[in-house]
Formats: sequence, C-alpha cells, structure tokens
Amino acid sequence: MNLWVPVLVACVGSYVIKLAGLSLPESVLADRRVQRVTTLLPVAMLAALVAVQLVESGDGPGPYALDWRVLAGVAAGAVALVLRRGFLVVFVVAVAVTALLRLLVPGA
Amino acid sequence: MPTAPRDTARAAIWRASVGIGVYAGAFGLTFGAVAVASGLSRGQAQALSAVLFSGASQFALAGVVGAGGSAWAALGPVLLLALRNGFYGVTLAPVLDSHGARRLLTAHLVIDETTAMATAQTTRPEQRLAFWSTGVVLFACWNAGTFVGALVGSAVDTDVLGLDAAGPAVFLALVWPALRRSVRARWVALAGAAIALTLVPVAPGGIPVLAAATAAVVGGLLPQQQEAA
Repeated sequence: MNLWVPVLVACVGSYVIKLAGLSLPESVLADRRVQRVTTLLPVAMLAALVAVQLVESGDGPGPYALDWRVLAGVAAGAVALVLRRGFLVVFVVAVAVTALLRLLVPGA
Repeated sequence: MPTAPRDTARAAIWRASVGIGVYAGAFGLTFGAVAVASGLSRGQAQALSAVLFSGASQFALAGVVGAGGSAWAALGPVLLLALRNGFYGVTLAPVLDSHGARRLLTAHLVIDETTAMATAQTTRPEQRLAFWSTGVVLFACWNAGTFVGALVGSAVDTDVLGLDAAGPAVFLALVWPALRRSVRARWVALAGAAIALTLVPVAPGGIPVLAAATAAVVGGLLPQQQEAA
C-alpha cells in the first residue's frame, strides 16, 4: 500500500488545524473570559500530556502501563525544576536517571 | 518590533530555545528510528517532521503503522492529537498578531513548545521572540534529529538511552512557569491530568488530552474569588 497518501493527508490536516486556531476573529479573542480560558488551555493540555505519556511509558498489559524508571527520571527532572534549572538540565537529568535505572534494573 | 526585549530576557529566551533544541534533536532522533522501524520510508519520516511537524501526532502515526494498522486508521488519532495545536492557535493569535502570508508561516510553528515558551514571557516583544526562536531552533533540530534517526534506524535503542523520559520531562518543564505563577493554573493542571488519566482506558488516542481542555474552560470561567477553592 502506498503510505504517502495518508501521510500527506495527515500533514495537510495538521496544518489546517493550526491555521484555523490562529484565524479566529479578533472579536472573539477580545472577550475577557475567552482570554482567561485560552491562557489556561496550554496548562491543562500539557499537564494532561505529561500524565498520559507517563502511564503509556511501559510495556505492561492494560490501559495503564507505567514504567517506574521513566517516572523516576521525570521526578528527578521535576527536582531540577524546583531548583530553577533550565530545559537542558531537566532534559539531561530525566534521561540520565532513566537510562541509569534501566542499566541497573533491566527488564520490565 | 515596537520595543526590543531587554538584553537579559533576550539571552534567557535564546538559552531556553537552545535547551529545547537539544531535546528536540534527541527526540527527533527517536522519531526517525521509530518511524523506519514501523515501516515508513526515510522520506516519509522526514516529510512528517518537516510538514506535519507535531511530535505526538507523528509518533501516533508511526505507532499505528508499526502495529500493522493502515495509515488511514491512524488519521483519527493523528488529527485528534493535532487538534491541541488549534487551541494553541487561539491562545497565540493575539500574541503573534500575524496576518496574510506571515500567518501561513506562523501557523506551521504552532505547537506545544512554542506556545508554552511564548506564554511564559511577560511582554509582547519577548513573547514573540520566544515563539520564533523556539520555533526555528526546534524545527531545525527536530528535522536534523529525524534525519539521523531514520538513517541509523534500529541500530540505536533510544529507550536504553532513557530518551522516552524526555517527552514528559520537557513538557513538565514547559508548563512549570505557569504553575509557579498561579494557584489557579496548578488546579487546572491537576484537573486536566486527572481528566486525561480517567479517559485513557476508554477513549481513543488524543481524546484524553483534548478533554483536559474542559479543565481550562471551567478554570477560566470560574469567578476570581474561587481561587483558593
């Protein structure tokens, strides 16, 4: 099967969605309540994304398959955030802790 | 730009952008390797990173194809995951205020990282600089990473390197400034995560994160005095 067609449809669809969001009329965006909601939208969805990625990190059966080593890595990254470190440090700490734990405690 | 960002703020924004770029390069490498292992060609992997340019959607497509599903079946989750960017566009529209041909280019860069970086700044010029610096650096690194990842393919096991922790850790870092700034944001984040986790077993991919938007709607419409509730 030629994968190119669905790949390109996905590309175009994704772009149209991005453009549509940017193109809402300004009268809608000027509303105070809309502004308060849109400020919180990335917060709600990024937090949800973190949660979903964590429970999908393992290979176990069932809908919740958490890999505790990924959780520990992300928790270590969170400690770096509390210590006011930047993205790079958070990234390196999370990845390094997860990799180290995988090395020390292999298997699921 | 009407007023230039302060020098220290400008330096901090570029530093953060480079940090995100390093993560994007490593994550792009993961995507390239996963994509070719799933049966996508190198060209298709690169096209997804260059044109679709939304990590979660790309991984969803590779995941469905890799599991033996048709790429058409992947379109549902792919586009559901991409809907998030539509919401981000609404958040960014007044910040970026771009029109005409410029908006066509701007739209391409509307993703998790650029939105979070822009909204973490306090002045308009800094918000715009953060959006563009993050967007350009991330696009370059994400695509370079994809290229290398697709080239080396399964020769490198990105899970052994712990790279699967990079996504959640960096997204947490992205949402962090908002959490530090406002109590309400913390409640909205908790509620959003709870809604998504509740829906994971029953809803198709993309829906749980999208449904979390209701936490932002409720949180945004609640009157101010409910802050501590």
